[in-house]
Amino acid sequence: MSDHNYTPSSKFGKWFNDRLPLLTLANHLTDYPTPKNLNYWWTFGGILTFCLITQIITGLVLAMHYIAHADLAFSSVEHIMRDVNYGWLIRYIHANGASMFFLAVYIHIFRSLFYGSYKAPREIIWILGIMIYLLMMAAAFMGYVLPWGQMSFWGATVITNLFSAIPLVGESITTWLWGGYSVDNPTLTRFFTLHYLIPFLILGLVVLHIWALHVPGNNNPVGIDIQKPSKDTVPFHPYIVIKDLFALLLFMIVFAFFVFYSPNILGHADNYIEANPLVTPAHIVPEWYLLPFYAILRSIPDKLLGVVAMLSAIFILAALPWLDTSKVRSAVFRPLYKQFYWILVIDVLILGYVGAMPAEGLYLLIARVATAYYFLHFLLILPILGKIEKTTPLPLSITSPVLGGSADLAMAKNTDVRKEKL
Amino acid sequence: MSDKKKPNRRDFIFTATAAVGAVGAGAAAWPLIDQMNPDASVKALASTEVDVSSLQPGQSITVLWRGKPVFIKRRTENEISEARNVKISDLKHPEKDEDRAQNPEWLVMLGVCTHLGCVPLADKGEYGGWFCPCHGSHYDTAGRIRKGPAPTNLEIPKYEFVNSNTIKIG
Repeated sequence: MSDHNYTPSSKFGKWFNDRLPLLTLANHLTDYPTPKNLNYWWTFGGILTFCLITQIITGLVLAMHYIAHADLAFSSVEHIMRDVNYGWLIRYIHANGASMFFLAVYIHIFRSLFYGSYKAPREIIWILGIMIYLLMMAAAFMGYVLPWGQMSFWGATVITNLFSAIPLVGESITTWLWGGYSVDNPTLTRFFTLHYLIPFLILGLVVLHIWALHVPGNNNPVGIDIQKPSKDTVPFHPYIVIKDLFALLLFMIVFAFFVFYSPNILGHADNYIEANPLVTPAHIVPEWYLLPFYAILRSIPDKLLGVVAMLSAIFILAALPWLDTSKVRSAVFRPLYKQFYWILVIDVLILGYVGAMPAEGLYLLIARVATAYYFLHFLLILPILGKIEKTTPLPLSITSPVLGGSADLAMAKNTDVRKEKL
Repeated sequence: MSDKKKPNRRDFIFTATAAVGAVGAGAAAWPLIDQMNPDASVKALASTEVDVSSLQPGQSITVLWRGKPVFIKRRTENEISEARNVKISDLKHPEKDEDRAQNPEWLVMLGVCTHLGCVPLADKGEYGGWFCPCHGSHYDTAGRIRKGPAPTNLEIPKYEFVNSNTIKIG
């Protein structure tokens, strides 16, 4: 890459860059060659960075007013909502920001699944991403506990009790997590500390995620490698920057809709009741973004196996680069995988739906079938599909579908218009 | 240099240093880990005395002990006979009712579902006992798990009758 030979133009810049090559880094990031066929599904990395920074800034502000104590937490949150200047806005941005963060991360993950972005040589990027996703879930869960409402308390009780399923040491681990014999003040204070810490761990992993991305470069909708950087790529700035900003703007409209017009629609009314260790709410339901895993947990009629299944459902994703045996990355050229991909999307949506419903009767049956299919997709369908599927011909280069000469005529649409521009 | 290098004095020093370092790191980590465990003041909140004189047969109260709800139920004749007439072999976690209730009329147990820790609801479920709304565990009139994901019966805490009206839990 050209950035290794970069020399700043100013004398001071050169002096500084020789001592700390920050300008070389900045130059690398601006000139970073990006496949020119990236579509809008590729804008979610930037959107996610925005989400993380929003959560950190609003979280810092909330921490200035929040009191992490079992007797005061609930009223301090109400104090933020009613008294603190713009407190309502900042808290609603933070609370809905978590949902927006997950919305974006799910699109980002399913983008990877469709275009095979997890395949060689991008396995480490993918695994770092899964680690970020796990930390996001931990941060979101602990953050949800902090207002110390009924859902906070009972959500914390149910999730920490998952550890009691571990044979022999489970009870001791749960007591250790609680700092007592039930979820109580010691639990709240440590959750607050960890909730504050995790976003910075995520930030560190995001740096590694982007670093690992910049080694092979971006995957792209046709999923083939860059042949000629001069023909197949555009510099990150201004082309991708402006596209990312436009997508971010659209995303912020959705974000603002939730914050200003239905700030509580994604939450639960029960969480406006202060925590009461004597009464469990009639329906304990986690936030929407955890529902598919919750459905998997409940679909297994055994405590330990239920927990194992739920965790496996997440960790199986880390093994995906080796479970998918197909050499072709993009689903565009995999007619069978494309169909199974959409079945998986529907399956996860169904799991999310039944996760919100009571675990009985027909819902339980649907949850079991959907859970079985989820594992079947990764453990059986993907490994076999890669061996038997007849893929359609790949284009010769990223540019060729645009300039014609592609096997896929649909992709060569508007060729003439774009030819003139080139 | 030969392929098979014999361990020399320097290797020994490296290994010994690493071992001492590992022990030191472990010793330094322990206070950081153990500070999260319940301290003596939490452990000291050991027992609660409850006056149960106002309870009529069929009624129950819930008291807080160590931050957890404890159900104290004065059972009716029907409930007792129902609990005693169950075949032990039908139970997921076989326990005789006689072993769970010191005095057949009084059932004292933790109101914490053994699945994931929710508080079960009284007089609900398919077995006339308790039902956990979180993940659908059914308990019978002796608090034994009969259906659903919970692995064991509701736990019986240490308790005793101080006199005929007072129960001491813990």
